[in-house]
Amino acid sequence: MFELIFLLLIFCIIGALVAVETRDLLSAIIALGAVGFGLSIIFLLLKAPDIAITQIVVEILCLVVLIRATISRDLTTISGDREFFGMIATVVLLFVAFLFGLEVLRELPQFGAPLFTKAPGAVTNVYLTEGLAKTGAANIVTAILLDFRAYDTLGEATVLFTSILGAMAILRIRSRKKVRD
Amino acid sequence: MKGMSLIVKTVTRWIKGFIFLFGIYIVLTGHLSPGGGFAGGVILASSFILLTLAFGKEVALSKLSKNMASELDSIGALMFLTIALLGMCCGGAFFVNFLHRSHPGEAFRLLSAGNIMLYNIAIGIKVGASLFMVFVIISAIKVVLKDDAMKMIRHK
Repeated sequence: MFELIFLLLIFCIIGALVAVETRDLLSAIIALGAVGFGLSIIFLLLKAPDIAITQIVVEILCLVVLIRATISRDLTTISGDREFFGMIATVVLLFVAFLFGLEVLRELPQFGAPLFTKAPGAVTNVYLTEGLAKTGAANIVTAILLDFRAYDTLGEATVLFTSILGAMAILRIRSRKKVRD
Repeated sequence: MKGMSLIVKTVTRWIKGFIFLFGIYIVLTGHLSPGGGFAGGVILASSFILLTLAFGKEVALSKLSKNMASELDSIGALMFLTIALLGMCCGGAFFVNFLHRSHPGEAFRLLSAGNIMLYNIAIGIKVGASLFMVFVIISAIKVVLKDDAMKMIRHK
């Protein structure tokens, strides 16, 4: 199973590189969609169907919205060369992040052996053993999201609400300006 | 004739209801099976988006206008907060699952989790309406770039 996950990860990385490097905006969006679908299959293989469903559904929606928004514009290709200094800065920053990442990876617990299996008093154990009795929800993910950590969901809903308000306000001003011109 | 071809329109006419039903199913059984309010709400929104793509903007907006979607968005958020605040009166603290405390249903049944189902419904309404609204705003409002604006972007 791990080989399949690694293959999918490599596929995702290649898709992301294509999305960054290609000149055509439409093929960049389609490569981005391939990354998303590969990610959802990885979630499914890691036995996280909740996240897989959310990932695939949001990916389809984003893909449709982005393709629609791209096709309706005239401008679909990106031209112009990259700045030399920007490239150097990117490479240096990536190298620094890579060094820090190596240090962090040494400290992380083994894959598939999360920290709460070692700490008996961890709160995640309570969620797993008493979640059904305390909330009545058979799906433990929903029990955590909407009961134990409902504040988190409240914040998430607020963020969505505010961002959509902001998007509406910005786009409305722009359309008004175009009408005035 | 607005929208896409006859094949797309016919298929859309057949399956749009099923997509909507599937979204409702995902929302209602969020506490029993994978899914929940957010994923179900996105499926609900995508059924309307399919309608927009196949039949054009007017047909979809006649079923769910932009004002109505905006109101549903606010209603979902308010419903979520109201149920959470009701926990303060009935249970003693914010976000208390008071329905499950007073009526603990049999596990693995639809009415087993008390408040969680209501939260899921609220989030489903909110997410569905707001994402449909975002799609309408992004795709339906066309910003036509003038020639100099195009040149500026090209030469940047």
